[in-house]
Order: sequence, then structure tokens, then C-alpha cells
Amino acid sequence: MTDTPAISVSEVKKTYSKGVEALKGVSMNIPQGEFFALLGPNGAGKTTLISIISHLVRKTSGEVMINGVSIDADPDAAKSFIGLVPQEFNFNMFKKVINVVVDQAGYYGIPRKEAIVRAEQMLKDLGLWEKRNEMSMRLSGGMKRRVMIARALVHEPKVLLLDEPTAGVDVELRRGMWEYLKRINAEGTTIILTTHYLEEAEQLCRSAAIINKGEIIEQGSMKQLLKKLSFITMQLDTVEPLTEANMQLLKGYPLTKIDDNTLELTLKPGETVNDAFRKLSSIGVQVANVRNSGSLEEVFVNLIKA
Amino acid sequence: MVREETTRLFRIWSQTLLPPVVTNTLYYVIFGAFIGSQVADIDGFSYMAYIVPGLVMMTIITSSYMNTVSTFFFAKFQKHIEEMLVSPMPSWVVVAGFVTGGVIRGMLVGFLVLLVSLFFTHLVIYNAFIIFGAAILTSVVFALAGLVNGMFAKSFDAISIVPTFVLTPLTYLGGVFYSVEMLPPFWQQLSLLNPILYMVNAFRYGFLGVSDVPLTTSFAVMGAFIIVFLVAVLWFFKKGAGLKN
Repeated sequence: MTDTPAISVSEVKKTYSKGVEALKGVSMNIPQGEFFALLGPNGAGKTTLISIISHLVRKTSGEVMINGVSIDADPDAAKSFIGLVPQEFNFNMFKKVINVVVDQAGYYGIPRKEAIVRAEQMLKDLGLWEKRNEMSMRLSGGMKRRVMIARALVHEPKVLLLDEPTAGVDVELRRGMWEYLKRINAEGTTIILTTHYLEEAEQLCRSAAIINKGEIIEQGSMKQLLKKLSFITMQLDTVEPLTEANMQLLKGYPLTKIDDNTLELTLKPGETVNDAFRKLSSIGVQVANVRNSGSLEEVFVNLIKA
Repeated sequence: MVREETTRLFRIWSQTLLPPVVTNTLYYVIFGAFIGSQVADIDGFSYMAYIVPGLVMMTIITSSYMNTVSTFFFAKFQKHIEEMLVSPMPSWVVVAGFVTGGVIRGMLVGFLVLLVSLFFTHLVIYNAFIIFGAAILTSVVFALAGLVNGMFAKSFDAISIVPTFVLTPLTYLGGVFYSVEMLPPFWQQLSLLNPILYMVNAFRYGFLGVSDVPLTTSFAVMGAFIIVFLVAVLWFFKKGAGLKN
């Protein structure tokens, strides 16, 4: 590993033609080999930042360096370091799966023979080998996402940008994708990911930045950030239906009735579950099951309110 | 990119290759055989023999243009143009890929339409180099023009406006069906402003050895349009016009 950051963003601003200020001077350095989360509510500027780094959107001002190469001074070299998995499907739906990957390798100057070997490996690794000759449009949403990951990795980029890579992917598949991403990160690929799943960021990322309204409001290790953001939200399934009397007695506790058998418990930093559970126990409400219902969206809402 | 374009061309042959062949067969039958038999010779050639180069050139123009405008707009619409934009592939390679696809389609369809003409008239070749040169250069001009249209188009309507309201009238008025010498002086002069006139005439000269305009002027017009469109397309690519926010 070198000391040169994988990604260095300095005072990047972006104002769209209709006057919308998407980024208001964002700066951050992401070291080589990092697994980095870029978090924030919808419309915060995450996708704009990812798109600027990958050359799909022009910045208004500021500087972006990829592996020490400025995207303005030597865009072709800078682009060659990057692999992008965008939020929306952006491959030719009329192409065969294998051709999506092989043709992309060609755009990076990889000879066709070599590209076919790499594409085969990628498709096998991502469980798409059986579908290699299918028309892309016939794949399920999860498979399409994996095609985009294979396509982004076929030229062996040093930096992988993933914009909501597991949106709409079922839990089992998501975990499989996580394992794959962990593996390529361990092999040296720097990964930057945006996500709405708190669990995803917790499981995968070592550091993170939180962006809101075009500004970075928090940045640091994932552990530190989670501490600051530990507005834990969980859902409690009760054994018996909740009565009006129960709810009257729970006034003053951070518990909200979701339906007759479900309560939502939201804890601020420093608060513990004990008080709430003691109270529930004292009034005879038995909890059958506890589920973590926290989404990053809720965390951001809480954070912004705080 | 060329492989992709060519594969697509043959995969959807019923949309890319067949329609111009059918349309031009009808032109040959109606204008060449039925009406043409009642029309006097032009520059010593039968009307059918006279219009074949014009019709082939019209096909090359339309096919080259439609290929780039449709594939490029579709790539934008489906967003797979982003595959190229994020890659380190230089702009000129992207442009060359799309243009080559347009030229291949233009030349292939032109050749098929020329083959069909053999059922209606004898093929005369005055100079094969001029035929080939005029066909290739014209195809490049319109493949580039289609690319400009595709870059700025924001809807499917926008990719049909130019072919319908600009390309088709200019082609019909570009001496495909007649010699401009048959027109009154004012319309003759006005026709000289139509760049397609020069392309059709250079192509016709290659077959019949007759042209309404000097051959050097025709090739100069083609060269000038290629330079203008090429510079414009590369500039637009560099600026991300119509492609990037």
C-alpha cells in the first residue's frame, strides 16, 4: 500500500443547471484498501459525488484525484483505476450477459481472448455462469446487479464504486454479495459504497462519511460514527395485544405503538433498553420477539433533528 | 464497438436491411419501369439507368444517418452510453466506432439496393474508385451528422425530425430523380446550395460519367462536411454536451 489516497476529493462543488446546489464543497481522503461507506439521506449528494468521481457528471469546482491522478489533468488514466456499479441498471438489455462483461473489458483495452477468460471467472464467482447466454433483460433484479458488479470488475480496477449495490436484492443474495465484496477488498481493492441499509454499512465498512444537503457532516471510523448515530430503533412483538391502558402507562417512555402487537423502541445515544423493558415487565406486557428496524434513513432523520 | 454494431445490424435485419430494399424495389418498379419508360433519356441514359445511382446514394445517406442516430440515442436512453463514458476509451475511438457502424450499414444496404437494380437495368461502371470514394465519404458525413443528432436528442421524436423534415426533402431535391439542368435557372441556382446534390452527382459520375456539377467540387463539399461534423462531434464529446450534467 502507498500513502497516496485511493480517492482524494477537495472542495468539490456541484451546481446543476437548474440552480440546484448538490455539493457545497465536499472534501475527503479515502486510503488505499479501505472499505468506505458514503452515507446520507435521499438527495444528500451521494450519487452526484460518485458520478463526479467516475466522470459521469462534471463538477462545478474543486479537485478529484484517483490514486494521485487528477481527473482533469489525465482523465483517461484516472478512469482506468475506477470500476463503477451505478444505482440504475445501465447496460444494453438486448445483449447477452457474457457480452456485457466482455465488451466492457474491450472498452478498457483488454484483448478479447483475455476478456473472455476474465468474464468467465467473474460470472462463475458471482453465480451467473448458467445465465451467460441469456439476454440481459430476462434476468432478475438481483442478477442484473451482479452483472453490473462483474462488468465493473472485469478490468481489475483499484477502486470500486458501488452506488446502492444491494437495493432490491433479497437478504440471502445480499449476504452472498457482501462475502464477495469482502473478498475482493481483502485482495486489495478499495471499495466505496453508498447504502440505505445500516446493517450493510456496519457489516462491510471500516470507515464512513455522512453527507447531508451537499455537505459532509460526519467522517471517521464506522465504529465512531455508529456510536454517534446510535439512535437504535427496534420493534418489539408482544405476546398479548396492547391495550389503551398499557399505552397510558407507557407514556414518557420512548415506545410507540405500531399495531396491536408491535411497539417501536427508539433509544438515543447513552440510553439503555433496560428502563423500557423493566417498565414493560412491570405492567405485564410480555415481549416475544425483538427486531432491529433501524434504517439509515431513520438514523439520518434523527441525526439531523439532533 | 464495431463488432457490437455489426452484430446488431444482422440481428435486426428485418429493420435495418430489408425495408430499404423493399422501398427501393418499389421505386425501381414505379419510377423506373412504369413512369421511366415514358420519360426521355437524360444525358444519353435511360431514366432507369439515370436514377439507380441516385436511389443507391439516397439509401446510403438514410441508412448511415439512421444507424448512428438510433444506436447512439438508444445508448443514451438505456444509459449504456455510460459504459463508454466511464472507460478510458478516447472520444475519437467512440466516435470512430459509431461512425464505422453507420458506414457498414450504409454500404451494405447500398450494395443490396444496387444488386436489386440489376433486375431492372444493366449496370454501367465508369470509374469504380469514384463510386467507392463518393459512397464512403457520403456515408461518413451522414454517420457523423446522425451522431450529432443522437447526442442532442432528448426524445424519440427528436431523432425523426431531422430525417423527415431535413434529410428526405434535401435528398429528393438533390438530383436523385432528375438532372438539375432540367430545372428553371432560379431553381438550378438554389439546388447548388444543397450539399446532397454534390454527393449524388459524384456517385452518378462514377457509374455513368455524367454530372451536373464539377467532380472536384463534389469531393471538396464531402471533405468539408466531414471536417466540420468531426470537429463538432469531438468537441461535443469533450464537453459532454447532451451526455453529462
